[in-house]
Order: sequence, then C-alpha cells, then structure tokens
Amino acid sequence: MVELRDAKRERRRFLLRLALAAVCVPLLFGVLFARFFYLQIVKHDLYHTLAENNRISVVPVPPTRGMIYDRNGVVLANNYSAYTLEITPSKVHGALSQVLDQLSKIVEITPKDRRRFRRLMEDSRNFESLPIRVQLSDEEVARFAANAYRFPGVALNARLFRNYPLGKLMADVVGYIGRINEHDLQRLDKSGQTANYRGTEYIGKTGVEAEYEKQLHGTTGVEEVEVDAVGREVRVVSHTPAISGDNLVLSLDTRLQEVAWNAFGDYHGALVAIDPRSGAVLAMVSKPSYDPNLFVEGIDPQTWKELNTSPDHPLTNRAIRGQYPPGSTFKPFMAVAGLALGARTPLQTIDDPGYYRLPGHTHRYRDWKHGGHGIVNLHKAIVQSCDTYFYSLAHDLGIDNIHSFISQFGFGKPTGIDLPGEADGVLPSRAWKRKRFGQQWYEGDTVSVGIGQGYDLVTPLQLANATAIIADNGTVYRPHVVSYIEDSRSHKNIGTSTEPVRHIQIKPGIWAVVRQAMVDVTHPGGTAARAAKGAPYAFAGKTGTAQVVALRPEGHRDGHKVDARHRDHALFIAYAPADNPTIALAVLVEHGGEGGSTAAPIARKVLDYYLLGKKPTPLEATAADDHESGD
Amino acid sequence: MNPAIRRLSRYLTQHIDGLLLAALAALLLAGLFILYSAANANMDRVTNQLINMLVAMAVMWVFANIPPHYLARLAPPAYLIGLVLLIAVAQFGSVSNGARRWLDVGFTRIQPSELMKIAVPLILAWYFSRHEGALRLHHYVVAAILLVVPVVLIVHQPDLGTALLIVASGFFVLFLAGLSWRVMITLALVGLGSLPLVWSMMHDYQRDRILTLFDPARDPLGAGYHTIQSMIAVGSGGLMGKGWLNGTQAHLDFLPERSTDFIFAVFSEEFGLIGNTVLMVLFLLVIARGFVITMHATTLFSRLVAGAITLTFFTYAFVNMGMVSGILPVVGVPLPLVSYGGTSLVTILLGFGILMSIETHKKLAES
Repeated sequence: MVELRDAKRERRRFLLRLALAAVCVPLLFGVLFARFFYLQIVKHDLYHTLAENNRISVVPVPPTRGMIYDRNGVVLANNYSAYTLEITPSKVHGALSQVLDQLSKIVEITPKDRRRFRRLMEDSRNFESLPIRVQLSDEEVARFAANAYRFPGVALNARLFRNYPLGKLMADVVGYIGRINEHDLQRLDKSGQTANYRGTEYIGKTGVEAEYEKQLHGTTGVEEVEVDAVGREVRVVSHTPAISGDNLVLSLDTRLQEVAWNAFGDYHGALVAIDPRSGAVLAMVSKPSYDPNLFVEGIDPQTWKELNTSPDHPLTNRAIRGQYPPGSTFKPFMAVAGLALGARTPLQTIDDPGYYRLPGHTHRYRDWKHGGHGIVNLHKAIVQSCDTYFYSLAHDLGIDNIHSFISQFGFGKPTGIDLPGEADGVLPSRAWKRKRFGQQWYEGDTVSVGIGQGYDLVTPLQLANATAIIADNGTVYRPHVVSYIEDSRSHKNIGTSTEPVRHIQIKPGIWAVVRQAMVDVTHPGGTAARAAKGAPYAFAGKTGTAQVVALRPEGHRDGHKVDARHRDHALFIAYAPADNPTIALAVLVEHGGEGGSTAAPIARKVLDYYLLGKKPTPLEATAADDHESGD
Repeated sequence: MNPAIRRLSRYLTQHIDGLLLAALAALLLAGLFILYSAANANMDRVTNQLINMLVAMAVMWVFANIPPHYLARLAPPAYLIGLVLLIAVAQFGSVSNGARRWLDVGFTRIQPSELMKIAVPLILAWYFSRHEGALRLHHYVVAAILLVVPVVLIVHQPDLGTALLIVASGFFVLFLAGLSWRVMITLALVGLGSLPLVWSMMHDYQRDRILTLFDPARDPLGAGYHTIQSMIAVGSGGLMGKGWLNGTQAHLDFLPERSTDFIFAVFSEEFGLIGNTVLMVLFLLVIARGFVITMHATTLFSRLVAGAITLTFFTYAFVNMGMVSGILPVVGVPLPLVSYGGTSLVTILLGFGILMSIETHKKLAES
C-alpha cells in the first residue's frame, strides 16, 4: 500500500503545483497588461508621434571627394561648401519658366543660368534636384528662405563643390568632374559601382579626375532617417559614415608648369617634362586651355559651343592627344637605330649634295640646306640636322627595321600614362599602311620617315618619354602624373611604381655617341646654340620643324613670311644636365616656325627654372590670366 | 426534433466541451477579423484561414473522441515516429530561410517538430503514469532524456522558438509530476552556468535576437526592426485603438510578418488597451477551463497531459504577446488561434481536442 500512499501524495503535490501555475498565469498576464498599459497609456504620446512620423528613409551619405595636390602640396582640386538653389522639376507647381521668373525677383538668375539649367534638365531625370544658382550670397539665402513657402519644389541646399584654384593652368592634367550622365551610369552599372554612387552627382570626366575616379570618389555611407509626411528629417536612426576619397599627390610642379605656360607667350602648343629617372611627369602644358571650374556646375550651352567648336581646340590636351610629325627631333632615335643595327658606324661619312636620290630614281629628297652639308658623319648629321644623312640611313635600314627598333622608344602606341584618352601616334609599318590606306609600302615612304615626316606622328608625351629614354641610356619607365595616393582608410601613401619597365639592350657606347651629338646641338654650330647661350649647365637637345602638310605654299622656305596658320610647327627635345639628367622634355609650338628659334627658348626657360630656380616671370603672375587674348 | 438528427447531434457533440469551444471560437473569430485587416482586406487569406480552422476543428473533434487511454497507447509510437522524422529532416530536410525544418513528402511538406509539440508531453505523461505512485529520481532522469533528444535535434535545425516551447511543455509535465524543487533549482543553476556554452553554440541570428531583446536599437534595421516597429504599433494604439482597418503601422508596411507572428501588433494598434484586455481575458478563459479540466482529470496521464497542454498554450500566448510588446525576444512563436497559418492551428486545436477528450471521457474512466 506504499504505492497508494505515494499516489495520494503525488496527487496532492500535483494539485499544489497546478494551483501554483494557476496563480502564475494571471500574474504573468498582469505583467503583460502592465506592459501594454505602459506602451499604450503612459508612452502613448511618444509612440503616437513615432507612428505618425514613421517614414524611415535610407539616405545615402556621399563621400567627400579626395583632394589633388601637386608635388609641393599646392592644391589643384579641392571642395568647398556653398549654398545652392535647387529645383526638382517634377515637384514644381505650374510652368517652370514662370517659377523661374518669380524666383528671379528674389535671387538673381541670369540668362546664362537659365541656359545652363535647361541643359542640366536635358541630361537628367525629372525627379532629380538640379541647381539653378550656385554660391548664393548670405543675403540671397535669407531672401529665399523668407519666400520659400511660395516655391514648392525649390530648395536651398548646402553642398560641397569642386574647385580648381589654378584654373586652366592645370586643367589638362587634373581634368574636371561633371554631373553623372546616362553614359556614366551605364559604365558604373557595368563595373558594379551603381550602389556606391547613390547620392553622388558628379563624376570625373577627364584628366586625373577621370583616371583616378575610383580612388577619388570614396565609399558612400548610409543614414537611416525618419522623415515626417512632409519629408522633413526627424531623427537619424542609424549612421554608417562615408569614407572620403583618397587624396592624390601629383608629380607635377605647379611653379614649373607656370614657367612653362608663360614661356609659350601667345603661342599655342604643348610641353611635357619628365624626370628620366622615374617617368614622373614634372610639367604638362597644353595651350590654349580652358577653365575647368566652368564644367563643375554644368556648363552653359553657349560657352560649351564656343569651347567645343573653337579652331584652337582648347578642350584637347595636346600633350597626350595632339599628334604631330616629329620632324628632325626624330633623328636622334634614327641615329640610335642606325648604330645599334649596324647600318652606320660613328665615323662613317656621306657626301651631302643637298638632296638624296633613291638608287634608280630621279626624284630628289631635299635637304633643308641648299647645297648640302658637305662631308657628314653621324655626329655632324645630328648637330646640323642634316636631312640627307637620315634619308639614306632610313633607306639602308628599311621600314621593317625602323619600325621594330624605334617602337622600343614608345612611338606608335600609348605610353600608358595615367591619363585617359592618350593618342597612339603613328610609327608607320607595312602592315599599318595596308590597314590604314589599303596600299603597299613604297621605298620612298621610308625615306621621309627618316626625318620624322611622312606618316610619322607623335604626341608631345611620346616625344618627351622617348627623350627621357635616351637621357637614361635606354631605360624605359612608364610616364605618370600621380606620384602617390594618400589612402583615406589606412592613411598610408601608395606610390605609383617608378620601377623601369624595360631596357633597350644595345652597346652602351652607342648612347654616348648620340648623347654627345645632342649636347653639341646646344653648342656653337648646333641648331640650338642661340637658345642655349650662357646656360651654366650642359644640356642636350634636338630641334625639329614639322611641316604643316599641304597647307604650305611651295617655295616659301622662311616660315616667318607665311601666314601664321600655315607656318610650320616648331619642336625641341632636350634633357639636362647632360651627363646626369634630371629632366627631359619635349616642346611643340604650333605654327612656331623653326624649332631652334621658338621651341628651344621655351625649353631653356623651363630648364633654367628647374635646374637653377630662375624665374623668368614673377611667380605671382596668375595662372588663370587669359594669355590667349592676343590671338 | 427528429430522433435521427438528435442522435447525430449528440454523436457530434458528446465529447465537445461547450465552454472551451466557446472561448476558442471567440479567439478564432477575433483572429479572422484582425487577419482581414492585417492582410490589407484580402479576403483570400481570410478564406484560407477559415479552411485551416475547419480542418483544425475536425482534427480537434477526432481527438476529442479518442479516449485518453488510447492516446496513452498512441504516445510511444507517435514519439518514435517524430524522432525518426526529425532525424530524417536533419539528413534530407529542405532548407528555407537558412533553416532545415521541413520534410518534403511529394505532395506537401511536413514539419516534424510540430508533431513533437504534442508527442513530447504525451510520452512524458505516459512514462510517468506507468510509474505512478513509485516515482523516483531516476524516472525524472529518463524523462529528461526523452525531452532533451528531440529538443537538441530541433535546436540544430535551427528552430529556437519551437525548441523552447517543447522544453516548456516537457518541463510542465515534469513540474506537475512532482519534480523536486531541489532538482529544479539545481537545474536552473546549472542552466545559468552553462549559458556561456549555449551562447557559443548558437547561430548568429539567434544571438542577434537575444542581444536585440535587451537593446532593440542596436540593430534597428535588422533584428531590432521588428521589435521597434511592433512597439510603435502597440503604443500608438492607445486606450481605444485606431479602429479596425485603421492601423497605420500595419497598412504602411512598417510591421513585418503582420499576418503571422506579429498579428497581435496589428490587433493592438487597431483595438488598443481595451482590445488587448478583452483578448487576454479570452485567453485566460481558455486557460482557466483547461485548469478545471486538469483538476477534474481522473488519471495521472490525463492530469499531466491536460496540465501541460494548458500551460503550453499559455506559454505560446505569453511569449508571443511579450515578443510583440518588446519584453521577450523575437523567437518566431505565433499567437495561438489568432495568427495566420494552418500548422500551428492544427497542433493547438489537436491539443484542445485531447483536453475535451479528457473532460468528456472521465465518467467512463471512473466507471
């Protein structure tokens, strides 16, 4: 009967426990009731407001774009905060033009602003907020704020704007940003960047701004905000900060750039200066240029049209996109090829009657000097820029050898500089001619290639880069304008590689021969003697004159007497100091006539400044000044 | 009245507990109304749920007509089948939302953990009733093992909510069967001590839910979003509520899972504190009736099963309402009888079928 007693005890215990549970249940429900009372009565106002205002919206926080500096820390591109008056076309009540008329009574709106706005509207979608006026004065801000209720769809915004303090001086290198258009969107989409560009309105369009878009842009943050029914921000729920873009430090020297820019005077043209020991670009000038600040807010169509259709092509970076015949500046490279391939020895001479005739032909390829240079060896051929010598050398080498050897100097293909839109240039070959013109190669074609005419086309950058290769005895670097990137996350500097890309493998003595000849170009008897006069450092150079083909009337030998548009382009390549070069450059002066008289003096000024710190003009001469106004 | 009809009606209702049925029906009706609102006046959902209810009612009727001693006999095979199915799920189950909970059997998917919600209290009650009057500590140990094995399998699916509810139902049996306080306190201390170990074995989303319980704001877009939004819904309901179909939280899409786990937030927003109180009273009526049935129950098996089912039902309701009002973590427990969904409805009404069977068969058992 133990079991029964146990059963009885178990039964009692069961009922006790059930009673305990029966007490707990209402107690716990009481807790729930208390909770409901707390939420629904005590805190009702709070939750009522929260529910009323409950519109959580995800707001992208666009990152601050990275800054761009020159090698000395001079600011080339920065951001500033300013008030803009913006219109969201889809939210405007009534006709836009009427709203603009009303607005213009409060805030000044010029016809230019209107044109610019119309252009922006064409480029964007209706629900985007587009600036009608930027950089409002405090007074204008106050005036609009007081009248804001009259203008639905119009809003004041404080925004960061891109600014290029040096204007056109650095425009071709730094480039500019502009509003993201359909084309940019597609590109972003393809690269999977669309999400990171939510909230970003601008994107690099040219120059470093475009090439380093990824680094400059940064990472977009996210803010979860509660906005009320009217769209006002109530409170921030969560905040993932944006990560600023990386800053870029260029290898360019603003002061050197300014010296080079000013040295051109009223001439158009381009100059590229490179450190031959690393490929770092020290200066890159393309004249005429443009003010990149015009593009940031969307350029008005009239200004755009003027820039775009100007015969002077101010929007083209001549240094990397301009393609010119190298003329006689091609000769040192031909000389290296002739010596390296065994077609000539340094002592071998020819007798120059003032022209060259292909064996079995009657056509005369004229030397620039009537009556010729007499007995000419390689040294004299470079110093005096003897055409006949290089006609015959070209013929002896043949186009295949010329093409394969000289392409090692980087002609006929992009140098790989960190700028977008670099032109290929032309280093002609049989295959190239067949492809381009559908014609076979003629012997006569080879002859003019020898003096950098005919099909030869180079960009000033290619020419400067090739000069740097001679200056560093055949070591090839990749030219670059960005020296290093200041990583915004790690705060580490990521340098651009300055390691040699390759070497041109030839006997070392060959470089010495050609380099000595280039040094003597700047000595009395050389074609650049005048420009080099009095220089306290030895420098090596080569002049060149590029015919502006077909425009040039027959018989006019003296460039200064012909119309400026038909005058030859003047070229000059140089490096200095001659025995331990720290700078190599190429100058191209459009319609400048002879290289020795217009291009070489520009190079001299640049070298003087770079090597001696000598300033030809006061540094204060503002870069933004319009130097082209004399045209 | 026609004697045939009278006989039929007697046959249909003789094992139905009228009081319990009335309270259940009131809750089901409230569920239908609020579902209509939560589903944005979509009648399809309501119709679906109505069908679910009819099916569940039929199941309830069937179980109400099964005498408790048959149920006791059914317990071991039901438990074994459930165990096998749980192992099968772990091996070949289909994955959804990162959890492996279902078994595809061609025409439909079954969730064996749902079966275990009933099978576990049944097997424990069956086990204890076999040793009635001679319960010793080792019996509780065996019972604990019977409880822990399916729970571990369910935690691994992972389905923390269901596992906790099964632990609760199993614990209620142990508790009512007279597990000594000393053991319970020791277990509680051991449980507290093993928390770090449990924590390390949890899935990230489970940890998230627990962390977010203490501070919903730490993850307002992820795990905390549900809690914050449902608290806003409840709080903004106020005393009287915003009125049926007028809840902004629900209709502006701020409330997640608003037909299922968070349906109470919709109810609370639209009917306020008064509505909540009425709903709690209905739940209390069901539970109170359950306690009465438990008290009347004649065998140990019946007592344990009835008590466990009643207390589990309470636990469902308490956990869900606590979760919606932000005092308990979001564990994915539906509000019994109110939330949309057939499976849990069938399980719950099946449980009440058993309660009715216990109540209506007791005279037979006594005789």
